[in-house]
Amino acid sequence: MTIDINTVHKISRLARIKIPETEVESLKGDLNRILGWIEQLSEVNTDNVQPLYNISLENMPRREDQINDGNYSNAILANAPEAEFGMFVVPKVVE
Amino acid sequence: MTKLTELTLCEARDGLVNKQFSAQELTQAHIEKIEETRALNAYITETPDIALKMAQASDEKLAKKEELRPLEGLPIGIKDLFCTKDIRTTAASKILDDYKPQYESTVTQNLWDAGAVLLGKLNLDEFAMGSSNLTSAYGPVISPWKIEGNDRQFVPGGSSGGSVAAVAAGSALATTGTDTGGSIRQPAAFAGIVGLKPTYGRCSRYGIVAFASSLDQAGPLTKDVRDAALMLKIMASHDPKDATSATIPVPDFEKLLSGNISKLKIGIPKEYRVEGLNPEIDALWAQGIEWLKSAGAEIQEISLPHTKYALPTYYILAPAEASSNLARYDGVRFGLRVPGQTLDELYELTRAEGFGKEVKRRIMIGTYVLSAGYYDAYYLKAQKIRRLIQQDFEEAFKKVDVILTPTTPTAAFAIGEEPKDPVTMYMNDVLTVPANLAGIPGLSVPASFTKEGLPLGLQILGPAFEEGRILNVGYVLEQAAQFKEKALKLRTST
Repeated sequence: MTIDINTVHKISRLARIKIPETEVESLKGDLNRILGWIEQLSEVNTDNVQPLYNISLENMPRREDQINDGNYSNAILANAPEAEFGMFVVPKVVE
Repeated sequence: MTKLTELTLCEARDGLVNKQFSAQELTQAHIEKIEETRALNAYITETPDIALKMAQASDEKLAKKEELRPLEGLPIGIKDLFCTKDIRTTAASKILDDYKPQYESTVTQNLWDAGAVLLGKLNLDEFAMGSSNLTSAYGPVISPWKIEGNDRQFVPGGSSGGSVAAVAAGSALATTGTDTGGSIRQPAAFAGIVGLKPTYGRCSRYGIVAFASSLDQAGPLTKDVRDAALMLKIMASHDPKDATSATIPVPDFEKLLSGNISKLKIGIPKEYRVEGLNPEIDALWAQGIEWLKSAGAEIQEISLPHTKYALPTYYILAPAEASSNLARYDGVRFGLRVPGQTLDELYELTRAEGFGKEVKRRIMIGTYVLSAGYYDAYYLKAQKIRRLIQQDFEEAFKKVDVILTPTTPTAAFAIGEEPKDPVTMYMNDVLTVPANLAGIPGLSVPASFTKEGLPLGLQILGPAFEEGRILNVGYVLEQAAQFKEKALKLRTST
């Protein structure tokens, strides 16, 4: 599978990273180089193999379903680039 | 008396208890060393005032001889990926510049509770993505190692580049690192120090800036194996705040350093004789086998058949997890914000401005392999191969107790001479990545030098939660290699 310019634009939009037009071509090259190298995985037979998502999943302890922290909106907002009235501020989303 | 900055962590601990010097003297000596070695760019944020205050509190405790804590008064550095309350934490990214966490990571809290003193926050590859420390938004770290009669500056490796440079230069007694694909072990080998990646789940990930959550693990970087044992004992804990943190008890690793490996079975995986393995490293590997054999261990060739697929598997899984973890940097909740007309534009401009080239590349790869239509072909396929790699190790550990390999395929490269092709750069981690995929512990011990005089390391891998065993094998290697003694003769320090 090769990535074309349109795909680079599509991924950049999905990733919410603006890529300047001047960088699209070199990024396309890098991505194709990496994906081309990854392609070798297709030679491994993985029929009937269970995917492994995380080593620890089998022994994960559970806790009681109860609230054990909270009430610190000041701490949550402390690093916000813009906050008002105890809320994050963003550009208007609804016209 | 040896200079205070040349002591190991354990020697400094004993010196404090025996009143040979105070915690404040010890800390002051390290603060001065940080100033002297600033050109290495190991620290992003220095915290001398906090350090002296913590050292003073330790001196008061030491004077009263009350409840002496295991790391009382010992000055250490923290990779700038661990959140430290009210102290700037950058992950070496512009997007987190001036971020002041409102909480403390569990690993660092464990260290402060044990009496350790914070010298500052250490440089790294941006978001721990790199093997050279060249991707940091705060500039590269320079290795304290040089070739005699040669001006070239070398990379310390990465991502924990500041952490290893500080230990090697003596500007911290020990440091913390994180290892997602080799970020503790590879730089430890480049810098001629000890680096331990514990079993996945041994140390809590709470408060560590996330890169690839199923692979990330914190561990110590130290001057010797005994120090690594002491640090890990404190860093490790079960933590209800991290669902993947292990409930298995943490042993006193230092007590497990018996130096006895008689009849221990050492596996030598034939697939680790990878293409591009430096002949000097191959020779060191053979030497390591001889050292362990003369200590009474039994050597056995083993096979880990899926080894060659580990690195490409990693470069699907790690970027996939990273693309998801790094979605939080949106210019709204913390960090950098670049204004936009719409919310989407604000996101896109902020992330374009805030992330460096390598981070963007990995987010893009991760986004692609998780996108509709490609998930099964890439992501799911990689998870299945991850299972095969883990099973390779499971089978191997039915036959042998530990596995011995080189840590890296080459020695450190000079700044400006690094590979320009991303895939060639990724090859640095070819020998370390499999342990992350399998979740098993790995230790890098400095063991020799290239003929030019750059350090080389050997890696010991063990079954899950057998850090004590690999530390003991590392202890034997350390004694056989006499690395420090040889380094003393070689080293041109900065």
